[in-house]
Amino acid sequence: MQKVTASQLIDRAAALLADGTVRAVLGWKKGEFDYDITPAVFESEEELKASFVFNDFCGANVSKYLVRHTKKIDGKILVFLKPCDTYSFNQLLTEHRFDREKVYAVAIPCQGMADIDRVKAISGDGIVAIDCGETIRVTTLYSEAPVSVNLADVLEERCANCKSKKHVAYDELIGEEGEVLDSARFDEVARLEAMTPDERFAFWQNELSRCIRCNACRDVCPACTCEKCVFDNPQSGVENKAPANEFEEKMFHIIRAFHVAGRCTDCGECSRVCPQNIPLHLLNRKFIKDMNECYGEYQAGAEVGTLAPLVDYTLDDPEATDVLTRRDCDA
Amino acid sequence: MQVNNEFKPLIVAFCCNWCSYAGADLAGNNRLNYPAEVKIIRVPCSCRVNPMFILRAFQRGADGVILCGCHPGDCHYTSGNYYTRRRMAMLFSMLDYLGIERDRTRVEWVSAAEGAKFAATMNDFVEKVTALGPNKRLEDLRCKK
Amino acid sequence: MQRIGVFVCWCGSNIAGTVDVKAVAQALGHEPGVVFSTDYQYMCSQAGQDMIKEAVAEHRLTGIVVCSCSPRMHEATFRKTAQAAGLNPYMVEIANIREQCSWVHKDMPVGTEKAIILGKAAVAKVHLNAPLTPGESPVTKRALVIGGGIAGIQTALDIADAGFKVDIVEKKPTIGGKMAQLDKTFPTLDCAACILTPKMVDAAQHENIRIFSYSEVHEVKGFVGNFDVTIKKHARFVKEDICTGCGACVEKCPMKKIPNEFNLGMDNRPAIYIPFAQAVPKVATVDPNHCNMLKNGKCGLCARVCTAGAIDYTQKDEYIEEKYGAIVVATGFNPISMDKFDEFAYNQSKDVITSLEFERLTNAAGPTAGKLIRPSDGKHPHTIVFVQCVGSRCEACAQKGKEYCSKICCMYTAKHAMLVRDKYPDTEVYVFYIDVRTPGKNFDEFYRRAVEEYGVKYIKGMVGKVTPDESGVLKVQASDLLDNKQLHIDADLVVLAAAIEPDKSARPLATMLTASMDTNDFFTEAHPKLRPVESPTAGVFLSGACQGPKDIPETVSQAGAAAAKVIGLLAKDRLKGNPCVASSNELMCNGCSSCANVCPYGAITYEEKEFRMPDRTTAIRRVAKVNPAVCQGCGCCTVACPSGAMDLNGFKNDQIMAEVDAICK
Repeated sequence: MQKVTASQLIDRAAALLADGTVRAVLGWKKGEFDYDITPAVFESEEELKASFVFNDFCGANVSKYLVRHTKKIDGKILVFLKPCDTYSFNQLLTEHRFDREKVYAVAIPCQGMADIDRVKAISGDGIVAIDCGETIRVTTLYSEAPVSVNLADVLEERCANCKSKKHVAYDELIGEEGEVLDSARFDEVARLEAMTPDERFAFWQNELSRCIRCNACRDVCPACTCEKCVFDNPQSGVENKAPANEFEEKMFHIIRAFHVAGRCTDCGECSRVCPQNIPLHLLNRKFIKDMNECYGEYQAGAEVGTLAPLVDYTLDDPEATDVLTRRDCDA
Repeated sequence: MQVNNEFKPLIVAFCCNWCSYAGADLAGNNRLNYPAEVKIIRVPCSCRVNPMFILRAFQRGADGVILCGCHPGDCHYTSGNYYTRRRMAMLFSMLDYLGIERDRTRVEWVSAAEGAKFAATMNDFVEKVTALGPNKRLEDLRCKK
Repeated sequence: MQRIGVFVCWCGSNIAGTVDVKAVAQALGHEPGVVFSTDYQYMCSQAGQDMIKEAVAEHRLTGIVVCSCSPRMHEATFRKTAQAAGLNPYMVEIANIREQCSWVHKDMPVGTEKAIILGKAAVAKVHLNAPLTPGESPVTKRALVIGGGIAGIQTALDIADAGFKVDIVEKKPTIGGKMAQLDKTFPTLDCAACILTPKMVDAAQHENIRIFSYSEVHEVKGFVGNFDVTIKKHARFVKEDICTGCGACVEKCPMKKIPNEFNLGMDNRPAIYIPFAQAVPKVATVDPNHCNMLKNGKCGLCARVCTAGAIDYTQKDEYIEEKYGAIVVATGFNPISMDKFDEFAYNQSKDVITSLEFERLTNAAGPTAGKLIRPSDGKHPHTIVFVQCVGSRCEACAQKGKEYCSKICCMYTAKHAMLVRDKYPDTEVYVFYIDVRTPGKNFDEFYRRAVEEYGVKYIKGMVGKVTPDESGVLKVQASDLLDNKQLHIDADLVVLAAAIEPDKSARPLATMLTASMDTNDFFTEAHPKLRPVESPTAGVFLSGACQGPKDIPETVSQAGAAAAKVIGLLAKDRLKGNPCVASSNELMCNGCSSCANVCPYGAITYEEKEFRMPDRTTAIRRVAKVNPAVCQGCGCCTVACPSGAMDLNGFKNDQIMAEVDAICK
């Protein structure tokens, strides 16, 4: 599959801006470093040419930004969506979070995104420039020549376990359409499930104790688009900014995972942005795995307008004890 | 005077107004004993119970939380307990995944006619939580007595 | 800050016996916000209530905590007391220290400690209570009765006599229901038609009653006092207002071989038919499944012979929309299918019949003009075996039958046996039973007459097998439990007292009405003893066998009771709602629809509203709105809501959290 290039996307976006189809473009721009890429809104060809990027570090899922920017802009906004972003896009539509009429969605293929920590493991620290072509060429302060890294060797976890290369929503597709994949994304959850409770507790204690309550996971999550988050609301009884102690971290992450349960598309943004590298996606995937096993396969965002498992029921759902003990007999 | 150092767990029981709270009343009417460690909070329906309430109880020092509602199919509001069943199954499975002891949480369907079941459930639940000892894994140290 | 008064009730020794009430009052008196705390022997007594009123005035109380019996017992009492004292009734909280404390704990220190904690939780909650005012909604002064059997007819007549408009919706072409098919009625043996048909006529002629026959309820929206119902009137291909019921079409119709459902298929009817002579409305109905004209466009004979010109082959189903204040369910019952009961050879022999078929067989207006003959060969039966509890009280085989007692079979079987012996004294009559249940006025006397005066042979035991032989004799194998022996009887006719079950239309109707049902599909009453004719869904009432097996006297009593409840509702101009309903904080609402998805009452709608944004612009957002008249206050939406915008009055998030905190402190 041919990679799409930034210039391809810039040309298309510029054309759509020029013919008046859209008034703005939601994409990515370079941050302080070449690998530090953030979502951005562009309103002219000049702006696009100046700073629009698309490369192996554009992991950011920009669908969430539509909630705010469709309200801000008069007319349509162009959004570039990778396959996994389209699931979030649909889920936000299911929840009436933005007006579909105000969006022109351009689907773009994705070969997976690079995990900078894995890149650094190969190239070493002190990166001054990254050039994404056939391979990722990394120039560091300490290397004489650029180090070549293969994307396949440095994929983000979520991309190594990619659930789908298929776009489930778009107005226009650039490149080729992919397929829903048979991924191994639940293997790690299963590994944890097979542990003893003490081992699981130790695992999560170790992971969650690193939480600094920076709220990055929440702020980036396309399911967390609440007008006011319960954790910011003094009336909710759970508001707290700082992780006062162990309980606070658990409370925050359990409640957050529960709030997005059934709505989480498993885009993996929470784990990507966590500065402490807490595998937060393992909480969301646990809910997804449980719901798939107990209430039938469900992929949030696969279609618009479906009922999430927690706002639905059947008369013969398993009881909580059955859910807890369902694997005991296998053991 | 003999000092009893035996561990007495603190149990919060959420009971729906129509079935389980009435079942608890019936247990009272029939003088069916269960431990005083159980403190009941009345909610209109089991589906009113937010996972936040359960975590809050653990945070503040509860050793076990039990949620009682009408039997599936008997909900006063027709479908509330079906949602409860899914929500609590998922929440409890998550707590289990985090290594929290399974026996600290329970959902039980108790009808207004099941005073005996209410008392028996509470006796059993208290016994199980007592065996586990104090809740250490979901406590908030700031809230210590 | 609230000024809270705490009132600890002794309930005589019921509470004071295990709880040190003085200690509780003293301990709670130290809680923040509590400005007055006392105890009294009987808080619910007039003197106790006066004490509360005086304390409210003297201490300028803003909230009240009563530590007493269950709120299910006296919450309403103390709310009224608060109101009389000038407080909002929802500023009262009850700590249940009787049912959930003094009665279940034996040890005084333990009980006292728990009572204090429960009291603290109530105090913590009252701190966050806010005055609530119930919403009001108007009442449409018209009732809908679904089902036109004796239950529906009686309910409609009673409501109509009280001066309110009533519509009856009956899915069959005529009202009358099961009772119209019966022969005689126990325990007086007067004929069913003689007492029923005048009531049918009364209903038809009553100025306040409209009958929608051959119609079904299609859709129900709205809520108590304000139901919007769509009624589907099936096309009968006959203009009801023109047809005179002369029957000329019925006589001329060439399609005459259609099993007559009114006679349970024991004879035939034509494709255009009037179910029975006294049908109401007495108009013909074309059966579209068998009419040649409707199926192939060939025939049209009925239209030619109809001098009134009432036949209309182009008629379409019609949808009628009407508003109602109250809905009465009177959908009745049916005997269960005998397909699963092969041991009684029901499907093998025409001479094995159900009791309802027996009614038609002995009915003077039935297929044999009341002559008791064997359906197979038309001969007079000399030995008849009645089998009781076929599919009733079927514990072991609930797959096959029903676990409950069908209640009416013992009495009608005694009636059948008596009638046979009376008309045909040469006939041997056996009744096999598990128990004979005859509670009811003059019921046991009636049954004893069957045994003592009419010589019916009652045998305690079950029939194991019925085998028809080549000559048509039914070989009955049975056990006599009292003599502990096997019996073999050669019978000419076997009558099965089939269990009865709710009509199949009940389940979908319950869904439309959001009314609850039990596992057997009988409608659930709001309270099995105290509110037996009301459904838990406000404004929906229950009449007759849709709520449980019933005989005619009981059905008529319940029908009257349901009517009284409806009249009580329709007599009001406005209804006060329950103020403990959900409400959404639009500033926090995402408009995501999670709440509406779980609401069982459809109480939540959305509207687009303009909001100020942080950058001084405005934006349109979709926000939830709760209709307080429709919301029943379950609170399901509050948990579905991810942002916490949805909360429940009276059981707010912070109130429940405060209770949790108070208990866990």
